[in-house]
Amino acid sequence: MTADAGTKAETNVITYREAVAEGIAREMRRDPTVVCLGEDIGAAEGVFKTTVGLHKEFGSQRVWDTPISEQAIVGAAMGAAMTGLRPVAEIMFSDFLACCWDYIANEIPKVRYMTGGQVTVPLVVRTANGGGLGFGAQHSQAVENWALTVPGLKIVAPSNPADVVGLMAAAIRSPDPVVFFEHKGLLASKGERPPADHVIELGRAAVTRPGDDVTIVALASTVPTALAAADELARDGVSAEVIDLRCLVPLDMTTVLGSLRRTSRLVIVEENPYQGGWGGTVASIVADEGFELLDGPIKRVAAACVPLPFADALEEQVIPTVAGVTAAVRALAAY
Amino acid sequence: MSDGEELLALYERMVLIRRTEKAAYDLFMTGLVKGTTHLAAGQEGVAVGASAALRPDDYVFATYRGHHHAMARGATAEECLAELMSKATGVCGAKGGSMHLTKASAGMLGSYAIVGAHLPMAVGAAWSAKLRDSGQVAVAFFGDGATNIGAFHEALNLAAVWKLPVLFVCENNFYMEYTPISEVTAVPNPAADRAVAYGLPSEIIDGNDVLVVRDAVTRAAWRAREGEGPTVIEAHTYRQYGHSRADPAKYRPAEEVEEWLKRDPLNIARARLEKLGVGSEAIAAADQRAGQVVEAAVDAAKNAPGPDPAQALTDVWADGGAAWRT
Repeated sequence: MTADAGTKAETNVITYREAVAEGIAREMRRDPTVVCLGEDIGAAEGVFKTTVGLHKEFGSQRVWDTPISEQAIVGAAMGAAMTGLRPVAEIMFSDFLACCWDYIANEIPKVRYMTGGQVTVPLVVRTANGGGLGFGAQHSQAVENWALTVPGLKIVAPSNPADVVGLMAAAIRSPDPVVFFEHKGLLASKGERPPADHVIELGRAAVTRPGDDVTIVALASTVPTALAAADELARDGVSAEVIDLRCLVPLDMTTVLGSLRRTSRLVIVEENPYQGGWGGTVASIVADEGFELLDGPIKRVAAACVPLPFADALEEQVIPTVAGVTAAVRALAAY
Repeated sequence: MSDGEELLALYERMVLIRRTEKAAYDLFMTGLVKGTTHLAAGQEGVAVGASAALRPDDYVFATYRGHHHAMARGATAEECLAELMSKATGVCGAKGGSMHLTKASAGMLGSYAIVGAHLPMAVGAAWSAKLRDSGQVAVAFFGDGATNIGAFHEALNLAAVWKLPVLFVCENNFYMEYTPISEVTAVPNPAADRAVAYGLPSEIIDGNDVLVVRDAVTRAAWRAREGEGPTVIEAHTYRQYGHSRADPAKYRPAEEVEEWLKRDPLNIARARLEKLGVGSEAIAAADQRAGQVVEAAVDAAKNAPGPDPAQALTDVWADGGAAWRT
């Protein structure tokens, strides 16, 4: 390969990590009210390097380093959002959302409602979510289900670089508060750089792989897991459809129920713990509204209900695996 | 406007709030106000004095004891009482209640019922004002009890580091709910003594003297607009009712209550009015006007319709709806 070809290839390929910064930068260019705040996001360009280039391009009046004060970060973002800005706040690890949970649970999602619609809160809280990297119990959790317990939040969790850019655009333009989960295990993954003005409407699931025998519903890191399982199942003649939900709120049940009309079998793959996981909500809607579409029980493949362990050999026992998904699908073959 | 006329207007606004709080208490005791109330009778000087020093487009954030702040910024007695009485004409359409009175159109961006939560919000509004170069300031009013929660400290530090146009106004009424603040706080002045740790200037003032409050907030707002950063104001005041609902506040010594009732902000304002040559007839007329407004407000709120039940499923999202799935 020549040097020129290498350069050309790089411009069309982007990592998930780069897509985060790219997605934010595109919105900052088109809307001067978009501002960023968070720990180490400025000159240091983020501990996960998801804000590379932002401080350099937009300067210290648009990209603000904060102290380690999660309540102040999210609370200030809320006050700014209520008064004419569109803040993008970073909470370094999603586990730390617990440090500012008052804002995520009590303040941001409720203020519009409890004031009778007098104010809006157009902000994005971005956070690095999920396990698989050996960060231990307090830096590895998939906590998208925490946000799902609170009406009034939109919840985004992209699985690939193009979706990161398109969903970031929609999240920042949204007049409603959005919690945006960036998966740590996907940061190095690569994909095609999306064209300019790439916007993905919130609440539109993607059928990532069409199939006829079983529907596998996934989100963020479990999308590649589900796709790998579908590849393996295809070798056995099982045609699995993989749906990437992209968002938990709005939740695209139209796509899920539409798929089940054809497949009649459902496996849900979630990284958050089985207890209280988002798959329970999806399953309950299917049980309630899609019971007659089903030929078998709904299977949920979720994390074990323990804190995330440190060692790889232990973490692999907790987080959903390809083998776990194929086993669940095969169990449904009996029906 | 002469000094006397200006003070008389502030006095009338305080009387209006006092009468509204009395009405709220009576309506609660007769079962027409449900849930809870946290009345601010006795603390009107802080809200009215501060409001007199602010621009109409400045931002105010208050606590669940916030009726006086909503009214000082322009919410009417009628829309506040209607809110308390669960009426469609309430200032939040009966979705907020006593603890969440909000009048966004008047820059009163809410009353928040999680202690201390709104201090970072005020910091954010001040940050927004600074970035937009609007010359606005943001004010967070909070109780002495809020000075022991983490959000207070995170907010003061961030506001100081970013040198934001924000005022932290503590209404120190000496009790965090039922417990004397001195029993649970490591320093004698819960807000002012903490300001030092963040390199912020502070003032301890008589919060029951509306002119003292007005002047202190004027100074702090001027500093903020000049780019000099935040100020902490600790205003000593006293609530005349209990903490909430029908709390008789028996944990407060009778002599203490008696002493503070003598220093009622209305008494202090009346004494000042007399010194300024405002006659007792003018004061009585202000009392009467305020009384009439509140009487009419109670009647109107009582006669107002309840909320349309369909309203329960509106206002979650900016599009007015509540849809979370397809």
